[in-house]
Amino acid sequence: MRARRVIGVLLAAGLVAAAPAAAAPTPRGTPRGALARQGYHLFGEYCLGCHGANAAGRANEPPYATGAGPLRNQVQQGGIGPSLHGVGALAADFYLRTGYMPLPQVGLQPRRRQPLLLDERQIRALVAYVASFGGPPIPKPKPWLGSLSQGMQLFAEHCAGCHQIVAQGGYVTGAVPPPLVEHGITATQIAEAVRIGPYVMPKFTPEDLSNRQLDSIIRYVLWAKSPHHPGGWGINFLGPIPEGLVTWFLVLPVLVGCCLVLGRRLRT
Amino acid sequence: MNRARATIISGLVLLLGRGRRGPGRGPQGAARRPQKPGAEIAVLLLLGASALSAVGFVLCYAFANDLPAENQLLGATLGLAFLFLAAALIVVGLELVPSEELVDEYPPLEHPGEQQALVEALEEGGSRFSRLGLFKLGLAGAGGALGLALLAPAVSFGPLFRVGDFLGTPWRRGRRLVDPTGRPYRASEIQPDNFYDAFPEHLSASQKEQMAAPVLLVRLPPGSLRLPPKLRDYPAAGGIVAYSKICTHAGCAIDMYRAPLFQPVEPTPAFVCPCHYSTFDPATGGTVLFGPAGRALPMLPIYVDPQGYLRAKGTFDGPVGPSWWGVRIYRQHAE
Repeated sequence: MRARRVIGVLLAAGLVAAAPAAAAPTPRGTPRGALARQGYHLFGEYCLGCHGANAAGRANEPPYATGAGPLRNQVQQGGIGPSLHGVGALAADFYLRTGYMPLPQVGLQPRRRQPLLLDERQIRALVAYVASFGGPPIPKPKPWLGSLSQGMQLFAEHCAGCHQIVAQGGYVTGAVPPPLVEHGITATQIAEAVRIGPYVMPKFTPEDLSNRQLDSIIRYVLWAKSPHHPGGWGINFLGPIPEGLVTWFLVLPVLVGCCLVLGRRLRT
Repeated sequence: MNRARATIISGLVLLLGRGRRGPGRGPQGAARRPQKPGAEIAVLLLLGASALSAVGFVLCYAFANDLPAENQLLGATLGLAFLFLAAALIVVGLELVPSEELVDEYPPLEHPGEQQALVEALEEGGSRFSRLGLFKLGLAGAGGALGLALLAPAVSFGPLFRVGDFLGTPWRRGRRLVDPTGRPYRASEIQPDNFYDAFPEHLSASQKEQMAAPVLLVRLPPGSLRLPPKLRDYPAAGGIVAYSKICTHAGCAIDMYRAPLFQPVEPTPAFVCPCHYSTFDPATGGTVLFGPAGRALPMLPIYVDPQGYLRAKGTFDGPVGPSWWGVRIYRQHAE
């Protein structure tokens, strides 16, 4: 009884301590919490140059303000990095665990990087620091609750246009939608990407795609890592045009051989 | 395996045997050969089979919806038609066309008399066809049927018979925009940085076929819209714009939308067609940013009704769908 009361008091104290952090995030200076404090220093080391002091972003500065000379593709750019206020642990976790950030150069499309530049503890610290500015938490998808067939339907409707129907990736003018079946892509990362819309990807809010629908999509993407291919030779599931090309490369020698066999020279 | 070996051998022979000629034979060597009725019949049968296969293709195409494996049947019938035609020509080439190798000495024969004799010898050794007319008929039948087979799918192409599907529009003033399941869109449901497919409410069966039915909906920051004067009042309140989903280049459905997360360093918002990467700018009236499309994406005027639903104000500002003759005169929206 007494132990329970102590736990209750502790819980209440914890809530009281956590409440101001959640309601009024510390906008300036060193944040509370050891992890977030470590993240604050890491932020200064890796992120400050583009995302600005206190993660407020540097949206209206010319790119050469970073100190590097303007590159050709930077000339028209009117900013360096967005503010991280309100993006939350969700975005920080996604960008750091995929290796999208730190970005090697402003204006590049972020690409998956293996191995990661930051280790596990550094990532957790930075996520805690970015989360201290408020925003959504890291999602916890449950793909096993989703429906595979509904997932395929939703994927075909919302994702396959850019990412190809078995998630092999594709092209958009000005960007490269990455393949989703690479090693190391987790259900959490997929859920985060859908909610953020990294780079030029559209953003899908819970009103557009419910969490259950998202579970179905994730289940389908995880399934697409090893899809059925009854034909035997999938050729990376690239679609009918590469398959046709391969067929032609195989058939053309046979056709040339036929011509030679039919021709006169072989028999004289 | 066998074929591969034959291919290699034939390749070698082709390389090594260059410039060599078979044993010369004089003009007198072209003796009259016996006719070959068997080969002729085989050719006629093969041509007939080719024609039948081609007709089969046309039938399969006509009844494609009722067949269990229409793609395989279409491929098999057309493939067989070509295969039989090829076989017939092979038989003709090997068995029926007289082949004499004549060595023409250099300088050429000087005596007209000898040339005359040569021509006569060739003509005498000439034809092995006894029923040339029938053969021509068979060839014409196979060729005609194959031509028909190749033309048959084109019937479903053009605005030849059902112009309404290409030119008609189901959009009328006051018609609500619904999602693919038929639920009307509220303006508040259209989130920024995402795109939505919409159709007119209460589509009739014939309107469902019309190319103008599907549209794309996006919400842009109202300040970022730079529309030409003609299109000023096309967006709904809050920067919601609607465009035809059908690309103006080849008529594919546009299913890619570039929605930059941080616009200063990322590509601008744009619709991208997956077929040939025509890229359209939704902020400037659907103008072409990139790609083979020749004219802007048609824009649909919309408004928000008092209940908050999205409704059409009328129909598109230009013809919907791929450009064919005469459509390109509706050029880019005037500046």
